[in-house]
Amino acid sequence: MSNPNQAMVEKYRSNFLKEVEANVEEGHWVKMCMQCGVCSGSCPLGPHWEHPPQEIFMMIRAGKREEVLGSSSMWMCTSCYNCIARCPRGLPITHIMHGLATYAKRLGLQPKTQPTAKFSQLFWSNLTKTGRVNELKLGLSLYFMNGFANGIKTALKMQDVGLGMYKTGRLNPLEILGGHSIKDTGGLQKMLKKAFEIEEAKIAEYKG
Amino acid sequence: MSEVIATNQTILVVGGGISGLTAALEAAECGKQVILLEKAPSVGGRVSQLYKYFPKLCFPTCGLEIQYRRLKANKNVRLLTMAEVTGVTGEAGNFNVSVKVSPRYVNENCTACGECEKAVSTEFDDEFNYGMKKRKGAYLTSAMAYPQRYVIDPRIVAGDDGAKAKEACKYNAVDLEMQEQELSLNVGAVVWATGWKPYDAAKIQPYGYDRYDNVISNVEFERMLDPFGPTGGKIVRPSDGQAPKNIAFIQCAGSRDQNHLKHCSRICCMATLKQTTYIKEQLGDDCKSTVYYIDIRAIDRIDDFHRMVKADPNVTFVKSKVANITGGADDNVLLNGVDTEGYHRYRNEHDLVVLATGMESTVPAGVLPTGVEINEHNFIELDSDSGIYGAGCSSDALDVNRAAQNATAAALRAIQVVTRVAGQEG
Repeated sequence: MSNPNQAMVEKYRSNFLKEVEANVEEGHWVKMCMQCGVCSGSCPLGPHWEHPPQEIFMMIRAGKREEVLGSSSMWMCTSCYNCIARCPRGLPITHIMHGLATYAKRLGLQPKTQPTAKFSQLFWSNLTKTGRVNELKLGLSLYFMNGFANGIKTALKMQDVGLGMYKTGRLNPLEILGGHSIKDTGGLQKMLKKAFEIEEAKIAEYKG
Repeated sequence: MSEVIATNQTILVVGGGISGLTAALEAAECGKQVILLEKAPSVGGRVSQLYKYFPKLCFPTCGLEIQYRRLKANKNVRLLTMAEVTGVTGEAGNFNVSVKVSPRYVNENCTACGECEKAVSTEFDDEFNYGMKKRKGAYLTSAMAYPQRYVIDPRIVAGDDGAKAKEACKYNAVDLEMQEQELSLNVGAVVWATGWKPYDAAKIQPYGYDRYDNVISNVEFERMLDPFGPTGGKIVRPSDGQAPKNIAFIQCAGSRDQNHLKHCSRICCMATLKQTTYIKEQLGDDCKSTVYYIDIRAIDRIDDFHRMVKADPNVTFVKSKVANITGGADDNVLLNGVDTEGYHRYRNEHDLVVLATGMESTVPAGVLPTGVEINEHNFIELDSDSGIYGAGCSSDALDVNRAAQNATAAALRAIQVVTRVAGQEG
């Protein structure tokens, strides 16, 4: 077989679609999209996306791996579920978007300045430390996410809200000292570590 | 009513639309005894409500007229109007069918002179025009009604209007004492051709059929073209009666959609393409049409029609299913979505929107015996041994041409059953 021929065969092998089906939550639905565009038109954040869902699905099928996984699009999803409610083919679009975002993050291909990706990481680290969300620390790390000066500014702006939450017992200042936790934090972390190892082994071949 | 004679060598055809008429006539012209039931006061069904057929753009009056003449000339068909099947039991070669015949309150003496209609005053929504118009309590379903016989609406029978209609009739045709009848028919085979109804457009919430005056369905658009229809044959905006300048057609409105009808209704693409030709014919260059579609399914030879419409500079095609419709100024509406060829976001203003709604099968639940398989789209599956055969749009979403072919096939299957019975009985 000649080289251009092989190149053509490679092009239509849809390796990336298979990768998505294997590793992305609900990824097997991607091939069901019939490109009608209802999801894209129904998305309240639609105008702010780099690629609407319909285009993402087409890009997956066209094998545009780097463009899809490096896209900020799926990080824009607010889980309003409008797309799922309206999709004529019943694709769980919201879930696919979150699945794609998770997969991109796992491979380290997510856009580096994407605030949702950053916040998600903060939330995860915060939660897994003790098994409970430490709201005080989470709030503070969110404020200081974009640097110290920015953090002070945000904290000053939000102080009334914080005070209100304190007064109504929704925020405990003592949480700063470590905060509440589940009974067996060590056990939880062991479980998570094991799960992480399994997942890593699964996607090892796709890590570049 | 005279006695209805049926034996297990009789074929029962349920539904007097184009499929039922075709099946009944094909069987009767082969010498079989046929009983044809129609729920409405007149045969003709959905086809009689069309302005033109695609792809040849001839008037249904022509095609139906031929069927009516064949029906009138054939002694083997017994037509019962206002008759509805309530139950079927038995097996191929020996079915027992119970039928409810509603009173028409007008007997065979009627000459369709129209005096009763003039005498009464109460008005009701006209079913023939999808409620876009009113009709009197004494009425002829349409100018082409067959049989040409008036009907008295049961809602006026007991009142003054009923008495007025009786008094106005010079032929002693109005009979207010008529009662509902229950018939029990013994037949050998059943051809089920109850057809379809347009999918309820109000269920497609994002398109606002129930909120915006200028969002209509394709069957309503079709009625507008009828010279005797609600608008006297003019294409108008329901909100102000003005001629539209910028019409949008939305394809797959309720079809190919898990939330509505899962199946492709097959006719809507061609119906829309056909309707763009009405616009061209009546409004010329003064009105633009835009067709929003997922894909145009104008199959085999009718693709020529699609190409012809595509060549029309007044018709634009946008490859996108509209996400939702919102209100605009002057009763116009805004169509929002993203197109598939380039993923451009659009918000287009149109002054009239036609939803190309699909076909919903009207095969009833719990009437046919358990052996008859009805699929997830509510169409009757073909089973050559069952003795009950779906015809036309009771078997699949079909256009007129294919419905007639399908009905002929169903008639042939029914003929085989009754012929077998005749052979056994000697």
